[in-house]
Amino acid sequence: MPRLSVWAIRAALVYLGIGFTVGGLMLFNKGVALDSSLWRLWPLHIELMLVGWTMQLAMAMAFWILPRLQRLERYGNTALAWLAFGLLNAGMLAVMAGEWFGTPAWLSVAGRGVELAAVVAFAVYIWPRVKSFGG
Amino acid sequence: MPRLARWYIKLGLLYFVLALALGMLLQARRVADLPDWTATLHPVYIHILAVGWITQLIIGVGYWMFPKFSKEHPRGSEKLGWATLILLNVGLILRALSEPRVALRSEPDLGWLLAVSAVLQAAGGWLFVINTWARIKER
Repeated sequence: MPRLSVWAIRAALVYLGIGFTVGGLMLFNKGVALDSSLWRLWPLHIELMLVGWTMQLAMAMAFWILPRLQRLERYGNTALAWLAFGLLNAGMLAVMAGEWFGTPAWLSVAGRGVELAAVVAFAVYIWPRVKSFGG
Repeated sequence: MPRLARWYIKLGLLYFVLALALGMLLQARRVADLPDWTATLHPVYIHILAVGWITQLIIGVGYWMFPKFSKEHPRGSEKLGWATLILLNVGLILRALSEPRVALRSEPDLGWLLAVSAVLQAAGGWLFVINTWARIKER
């Protein structure tokens, strides 16, 4: 497994664990009331599970498994893929901070923009690897 | 494909079918006069889809395909793998059974079942992380 996939899958696993814990806290609170402010964790739960876990895992698996290029650098322009990994994680942390603190108001919007940039970078990177094996 | 991976994927498929049936029922509320309690199924529908289907499919395929842990224990601890399966599924089923009743306040005493369900699922999630971590490595 290439190094980038190792980093991204391990990051996704950490987000999975935290996401389940956050979701578990809210569910527990629904059954046995602890603190009504726990509902503020809801947008963080969504971000952790959808972006941090599912999206990141899918991108990491694609980097690992899709056909490699037939040239010296078989993984292609990996700097772009690393950029996507960095942007995705920075973006989701910004979204979560924005949702949690509520201020500055632009933080979660900027975070979504950074996530968008991450996905564009990843799509550009992975595009040539979507091909037949040996093709 | 190892037996445990088959269990994850087949259980995932059952949840997939159940989730889509629940989705149809929830959608049908727009055109049919269904009982009020059906509205409380929305979070159950989302989590049967997200945990029961998607997460269990990922766990099953990951258990099968991730790099081997060692020659003796290629897939890490099989016991932890089974424990994860049981915790996730018991937790999810408890949730599906108790959450609508708690939401309707018809049986608030079932709140503790929801709390147990939360603990079981969180524990299952972390067991999967712990058992998988060492398999995520460069060759």
